[in-house]
Amino acid sequence: MLKNRIIPCLDVKDGRVVKGINFVELKDAGDPVEQAKIYSDGGADEICFLDITASNENRETIIEIVRKTAKECFVPLTVGGGVRTIQNITDLLLAGADKVSINTAAVKNVDFVKEASKKFGSQCIVVAIDAKKVSENKWEVFTYGGRNKTGIDAVDFAKKVEENGAGEILLTSMDKDGTKSGYDVDLLKTITNSTNIPVIASGGVGSLDHLYDGIVKGGASAVLAASIFHYGEYKIKDAKEYLNSKNVSVRL
Amino acid sequence: MNVTIVDYQSGNISSVINSFTEVAEGEVSLEVTSDIQKIKSSDKIVLPGQGSFKSCVDSLNKISGLVDTLKDFAITNKKPLLGICVGLQMFADVGYEEAETKGLGWIPGKVSRIDNQKGKFKLPHIGWNEIEIQKDSKIFKDIKNKSHMYFVHSYEFIPEDKSVISATTDYSSKIVCSIEKDNLFGTQFHPEKSDKIGLKMIDNFLKL
Repeated sequence: MLKNRIIPCLDVKDGRVVKGINFVELKDAGDPVEQAKIYSDGGADEICFLDITASNENRETIIEIVRKTAKECFVPLTVGGGVRTIQNITDLLLAGADKVSINTAAVKNVDFVKEASKKFGSQCIVVAIDAKKVSENKWEVFTYGGRNKTGIDAVDFAKKVEENGAGEILLTSMDKDGTKSGYDVDLLKTITNSTNIPVIASGGVGSLDHLYDGIVKGGASAVLAASIFHYGEYKIKDAKEYLNSKNVSVRL
Repeated sequence: MNVTIVDYQSGNISSVINSFTEVAEGEVSLEVTSDIQKIKSSDKIVLPGQGSFKSCVDSLNKISGLVDTLKDFAITNKKPLLGICVGLQMFADVGYEEAETKGLGWIPGKVSRIDNQKGKFKLPHIGWNEIEIQKDSKIFKDIKNKSHMYFVHSYEFIPEDKSVISATTDYSSKIVCSIEKDNLFGTQFHPEKSDKIGLKMIDNFLKL
């Protein structure tokens, strides 16, 4: 039986982890490679890096981080943030990423998703959708880290990226992100019911119950979280044991 | 011992290189190449594969003499070869991804899209799933039944002769996820991404 995945996400800015963590065993709290290794050793099903570096000049920094991490972590590694060209994808994959996540560039031009999945295979193309609720059961796609309103309906867009070869959707609720009040389960449910590719839930996790809701109520194939793991509130193992105790199948 | 990872310019093989490098010890010399002479003089070959069946077969065919060299190695000389993901699928006679495409024809069978029961199961089949061991395989030494391996694929290899199947995995149906036929080994899952158990399997192959 296919297991539900738990994916810790590390936000990286200028080569350092933002929202640093307090694990006692860490020598350097801001080192993304060391943190990724701790997660991987702790049973993370995948590792996600999100490069939130504002400038475009620092791509080499994230590539170097990916290169080092890929030599130490033997679970899938997804990298997103600022992926705009085929060359960006090539560079990340050559450095050792297994999947790349495309956000703004996919909204601007969905043909980019098609071109990328044709060239590299759907298995490594994740489309990240940032959605915000605009009315009852209606969500709109936002870009540039939630700053730009696009007028595009999130459900329509999710279907469109599937048609264009995306292998997975990483769905973040802009309303919930950072609130620790749980995923937007209605949004998740709507998108998982309208598409046939796996959806990764993101944005709003504050407790282990929220992970359960994302999978069981929202229909997500994987749950992504940042702060509950970073701040050491829970270990990956805690999350898995909790889900397992509630009959959600995970890789133990 | 010389082990060659065949680099035929199709898809991302960095993870395969990283994991084999991690496991390979002093006595194993690892090459990543499509050089025919180097392949001929290897003791073992790893044939990775990402992207579509068609794109992988096309890429193999683009390199002059590569398909014949691989066939000599694996079929005539019966030296150990491990196919991973589409690398395994290409052992088949025919694949149906993108367009009907002739495979290497080493193990009779076909590669077709997983029947996801009208959308009941999401495709690609992505994530960790348990392997159900069907027969002893040398690459499963010290690997327990129901171990988790990492999968990402939408197509499955259906061999005619079921006795080649060494493990299956349960998704929308029992999917063939590992085969062993004489010196030929193949996994649908990605040992290079399957954490410590995946590395153990790679180690088993290197120690054959």
